[in-house]
Amino acid sequence: MAVATSSSQVLNNVEAVRATLYEALKADDKVVILGEDVGNRGNVFLITKDFVKEFGTERIIDTPIAEASIVGIAVGMAMEGLRPIAEIQFADFIYPAFNQIVGEAAKTRYRSNGEYTCPMVIRTPYGGGVRGALSHSVSVEALFYHVPGLKIVVPSFPADVKGLLNAAIDDPDPVLFLEHKKTYRLIKGEVPDGHYVIPIGKADVKKEGSQLTVVSYGLYVHWALEAANQLEGEGMSVEVIDLRSVRPMDKCAILESVRKTRKLLIIHEDNKFGGIGAEISAMVAEEALFDLDAPIRRLAAPDVPAMGYAMPLEEAYMSSPAKMADAMRDMVKF
Amino acid sequence: MANIPTQVRKSLERHGLSDDQLKTIFRTMLLQRQLDNRGFQLNRQGKVPFALGSEGHEALQAGAAMAFIRGKDILAPYYRDLGLSIGIGLSPYEIMLSIFARADDHNGGRQFPNHYSSKRAGLMSFSSILAAHIPHAVGAAYALKYRKEGGRAVLVTFGDGTTSEGEWHESMNFAAVHKLPIVFLCENNQWAISTPLSLQMGQPNIYKRAEGYGMPGEQFDGFDPLATYDAVSRAMERARNGGGPSLLEGVCYRFLAHSTDDNDMTYRTREVVTERRKDDPVPRFENLLLESGIMNAEQVAAMKQDVLHETNEATDKAEAMPFPTADDLYKHVYEGAWEPWQ
Repeated sequence: MAVATSSSQVLNNVEAVRATLYEALKADDKVVILGEDVGNRGNVFLITKDFVKEFGTERIIDTPIAEASIVGIAVGMAMEGLRPIAEIQFADFIYPAFNQIVGEAAKTRYRSNGEYTCPMVIRTPYGGGVRGALSHSVSVEALFYHVPGLKIVVPSFPADVKGLLNAAIDDPDPVLFLEHKKTYRLIKGEVPDGHYVIPIGKADVKKEGSQLTVVSYGLYVHWALEAANQLEGEGMSVEVIDLRSVRPMDKCAILESVRKTRKLLIIHEDNKFGGIGAEISAMVAEEALFDLDAPIRRLAAPDVPAMGYAMPLEEAYMSSPAKMADAMRDMVKF
Repeated sequence: MANIPTQVRKSLERHGLSDDQLKTIFRTMLLQRQLDNRGFQLNRQGKVPFALGSEGHEALQAGAAMAFIRGKDILAPYYRDLGLSIGIGLSPYEIMLSIFARADDHNGGRQFPNHYSSKRAGLMSFSSILAAHIPHAVGAAYALKYRKEGGRAVLVTFGDGTTSEGEWHESMNFAAVHKLPIVFLCENNQWAISTPLSLQMGQPNIYKRAEGYGMPGEQFDGFDPLATYDAVSRAMERARNGGGPSLLEGVCYRFLAHSTDDNDMTYRTREVVTERRKDDPVPRFENLLLESGIMNAEQVAAMKQDVLHETNEATDKAEAMPFPTADDLYKHVYEGAWEPWQ
């Protein structure tokens, strides 16, 4: 259980995002926030509640419902020297902005040979397990992680949320910042006071172990830790790596762990085909095949468009600590 | 077909422009046509793989450029804006670097010809994806307003085809909500590659959409550089002074195929183009300058010679420059050196 100290606070993930945005707005008047319902409503999860009262409607911009231009206008702001933080209300609504993210933001620096840049953050809640049905529960990281020019961050602990959001806001290039909505209020943790940065692209070993490496990100890191702790009681030692960023990805951390445990299980909420796990598997196969004692395994969602609204459909799509524990046992015993 | 009848002016309406400014407009028109032709020639000679023409847009672009204040205003153009780009300060040499895709091109030879960018000139980088640049222009206008930089405005241009895109609509709407310092200038050449205006929109007068957004709209003869200057300068001045956005529509015509890779005879007849060529804005403005005594025949001939010489010089100089190297492919993906794996 996290405990507040004289130099830290216990926050949940909503509070961590909120505190970080608040400090960024205080520190730099080039920072503006734009998105649907971010002003008067203070964001549908109340992340920006009352910001508009303190910072005004010019900095906390309630936009029309128009995702392509939310991102596109942020691109123009960034090209013209502001530090926009665009919000897509749910990751499921990001598709209309795909062109602006992939075709424009990610290529601005490249296509102008470095003359124009696009320092901006696109924040969006993603992920399931909240009865979000087809259009309030998707994972979108695999759609974007193929794209050079973008950075993609997926933190799961409040302290990481703050450090990585600070890094994203400071970053000279566009960053897609994915926040798992089920962790928003579920996950609490100690968050250091003051400004600090966690470098984008650095994973974190959340639990050390010797018999199996589990690589995950988002909500599933928490479930993987629950499963790994259960296995600890059964005498099995599982290492859990939280990627925190999926573009760039931390090859060193993955390889170092895999060379120690000699087994790799990748767990993600997104479906398996062409997912983050595929890239990690390929990288490990290229770099460390002969260090492995078991085939690489991926535990991921089935190849269906999304989880359904009805509880059995959601449960069938989502993994669980129990399913993860089963996969871990199989791998350790292999 | 959207049309305001093109009327050959019998007398010159200066709209406050000096003789020198009128000559500058004419020179920009001549230079645009010369550079435009040069791109096509180089393509037919096998020296460059691709060129985009802008014949028929000269009056519109030279007139609009005259309404742009260098060092203050921002231009967010599209790929048919050669004349506008030279009109706000790009040199023929910079145009030729783009056509030849040389290393010293602003884009480092990465983008298609006519996809300029220049911070120096206030010309925002853009892609080939139509309407994608419109929200960027709106974001830049927001930044100007946010920083309370009065006296500055954004000029964003696009063809008629772009007005069908969702991002165009979203941007117009947002600009109107926030009364941003921006002018939306449609260069209506009546063709979206092969698709005529009649298949693009039910209301062929694009400027009329302005009312739906809550901003002023105005249509003018895009073959007339002075009518263009008049409309654009008034709208830009309104934007610079906090009066909000405007939608302008200059009606012109695309004389050439969409690009060197297009054959417009597959979807329109030569007769139609020949008919519209009778209104060609370049000789039309030349006659007006001659008739009004602002230039004489010798001066016009000398200017044409000078423009040809400048184009030749820019062509030779750019052609002699090196291509980017294979190493350049890896630069500017992000700031600094880069690997997807850390």
